[in-house]
Amino acid sequence: MSSIGTGYDLSASQFSPDGRVFQVEYAFKAVENSGTAIALRGSDGVVFAVEKLVTSKLHEDGTGKRLFSIENHIGMAVGGLMADASAILDIARGEARSFRQSYNVPISLKYLNERLSMYIHAHTLYSAIRPFGCAIIIGSYDSTDGPQMYMIDPAGVSFGYFGCAIGKAKQTAKTEIEKLSLKTMTCKELIKEAAKIIYMVHDELKDKQFELELSWVGKHTDGKYEEVSKEVYEDALKYAKASLDDDSGSDGE
Amino acid sequence: MSLISHCGGLQENSVHDLEKDEVSTGTTIVAATYDGGVIVGADSRTTTGSYIANRVTDKLTKVCDNIFCCRSGSAADTQAITDIVSYYMDLSSIQMGEPPLVRAAATIFRNLIYENRHQLTAGIIVAGWDKKFGGQVYAVNVSGTIVQQNISIGGSGSSYLYGYMDSQYKDGMTQEECENLVLNAISLAIKRDGSSGGVVRLGVLNHTGSIQRKLFLGDQLPKFYDNVLVKPQGDISGGDTTMA
Amino acid sequence: MEMKQHNWIPGNFKSVPDIGRSAQNDSVQHGWTPITTTTSVLGVVFDNGVALAADTLTSYGSMACFQNNPRILTVNKNIIVAASGEYSDFQFIRDAVEEKVRTEISLNDGISMKPKALYTWLSRVLYNRRTKMKPLWSTFLVAGIQNDEPFLGQIDKLGTAFVDEQIACGYGAYLALPLLRKGIEEKREKSNSKLTKEEAVDLLKKCMEVLYYRDARSHDKYQIGVVTKDSVEVLDLALKPTWEVAKLVQGYE
Repeated sequence: MSSIGTGYDLSASQFSPDGRVFQVEYAFKAVENSGTAIALRGSDGVVFAVEKLVTSKLHEDGTGKRLFSIENHIGMAVGGLMADASAILDIARGEARSFRQSYNVPISLKYLNERLSMYIHAHTLYSAIRPFGCAIIIGSYDSTDGPQMYMIDPAGVSFGYFGCAIGKAKQTAKTEIEKLSLKTMTCKELIKEAAKIIYMVHDELKDKQFELELSWVGKHTDGKYEEVSKEVYEDALKYAKASLDDDSGSDGE
Repeated sequence: MSLISHCGGLQENSVHDLEKDEVSTGTTIVAATYDGGVIVGADSRTTTGSYIANRVTDKLTKVCDNIFCCRSGSAADTQAITDIVSYYMDLSSIQMGEPPLVRAAATIFRNLIYENRHQLTAGIIVAGWDKKFGGQVYAVNVSGTIVQQNISIGGSGSSYLYGYMDSQYKDGMTQEECENLVLNAISLAIKRDGSSGGVVRLGVLNHTGSIQRKLFLGDQLPKFYDNVLVKPQGDISGGDTTMA
Repeated sequence: MEMKQHNWIPGNFKSVPDIGRSAQNDSVQHGWTPITTTTSVLGVVFDNGVALAADTLTSYGSMACFQNNPRILTVNKNIIVAASGEYSDFQFIRDAVEEKVRTEISLNDGISMKPKALYTWLSRVLYNRRTKMKPLWSTFLVAGIQNDEPFLGQIDKLGTAFVDEQIACGYGAYLALPLLRKGIEEKREKSNSKLTKEEAVDLLKKCMEVLYYRDARSHDKYQIGVVTKDSVEVLDLALKPTWEVAKLVQGYE
């Protein structure tokens, strides 16, 4: 990396002569090292899928989850440093709680996104603190606003998305997501596609073990964010594995 | 002692004067939902003891374009609270990029009143229209109880109206029916409540996003039964026949 | 130093309430009084659960102000709570409890609050508030299933807390508690067993009818909440009072 040794990469509060903030760019690297996480926004909700890399066989099943609930109706997928993500999760839950206490209505995703983006961005401005080494995807469903989804990167930049991916294989995942006609698909269809994409982009050579995490929020869950049921999970898994076998068969040269 | 103190009755202690002679909105206020929006209504009398400090008061107070409130209790307290809520709603509409929810305004009213209920005398009806929930009415009590209602009445005049409202209000009324009901109610209360009087002010809040005001002057209000005895035609004793 | 005269009572619309204001006085007043009040709550343990009953009236002095205000709260699949006293204080506690439950759901660790935990928490909150001379003017009945056993406890505005198999507060303590005890005792004598769910609900219905006849702050619409090991439900009910006895009365001697 050209930045190393120049001295411009030691603080988030200093630009390099060509206008870059290396500390923030390093934070992006932290995200790129993590397992892939994707979220798809369909016609009736948002689905989340995570490739949770298992770094040791000694870990208990189901630990180190990367899908979280911020509020009844809001889910979050994270990529990057888990400890940093937990800190953001705490802040997000606090925002949602204080909003509800003040207004007695659930926080809108648009507003939560603005608050979190500001918070994350504020951590890229000062020398005394380190930027967050994680990116987050937040999604919700509401009967008037419909499905909504945002992704916030370590710089605090955020956009609304129909489909997005973070982590190792984000490029491949995005290419796959672009093939889907997201706007017309339902959560029940998308959850299978999401599982398939995670299985597809998983690099068996570099990362041996992984757990697939699936969750969703939509009309069918009555606007509540939840992990998918065992049956849905198994179905999606079966679909993902089956389509993977097909692909590898046809690709064989 | 000032004129106002005399009008309020003799006071024993000057500290107590401050509270007892407080300008209070002895009032009749009504808010009712109809098919498509809400109607708010109020009389126009403000009293200090039995002196009418203002006979043409506007008691329909704007919180923001799509939310109004009707205040009862201490004028000072309710104005101060409304100013605070109004500030929060202005802020909220900038932050959220859309008109505030009526529910949000009502919740801020309730939080302020509940947390400070021992220093305040404020009963407020919050009414308005928003895109998410349509026309809504919330009653926030002196004790900080908040209740969403289809119709809410408040102020000293409301005690004369409960039966009338229970018998006349119906779900799904049209705007015109609802306006008439509110007008009649306030007119009736004005006739029976000494602390209510003057004109009737109505406001309509709906999808237009701003209030449409209507004014009914004191001498043009609907008339009701007067309870006047009609003198018998025949002369019974040659003198006055009434029992008065 | 003189004490302020309190000539205001709730429901007297001619003057405005003056609830323990002290800022301008030498003497500090602690005379907090409830304004918007609710009447009795009844609770009874049956063989495999607990049932609570409370009407839906909120009074403002003697005025039947809000006639559709429910005060039986379903906390989770395991707990119901009912309150008597100041309605705004019930709303305050309800909001706090709902927040606790939302947080619990977000954590998604499969752990949910048990009735004894809520009962203890409430007793601490109410006791702390009375210690600050700012009591929450409410009596709470907490009902639920704790370790497969029915649980029923009461906490009053002073923080006094106790557990029993039949509890009634307010007028209910005078009029309904003896009836509840009699009903339970009769069942024990007859078949040496506890009430069934149906019997408990019927007993509560009978008590609510008696209270309706003799408590001037009661109301003919009410709710019964029932919690058992595998269900929690709140029923909306209306009394069917009998006034036939009126036909036997003429004159006053």
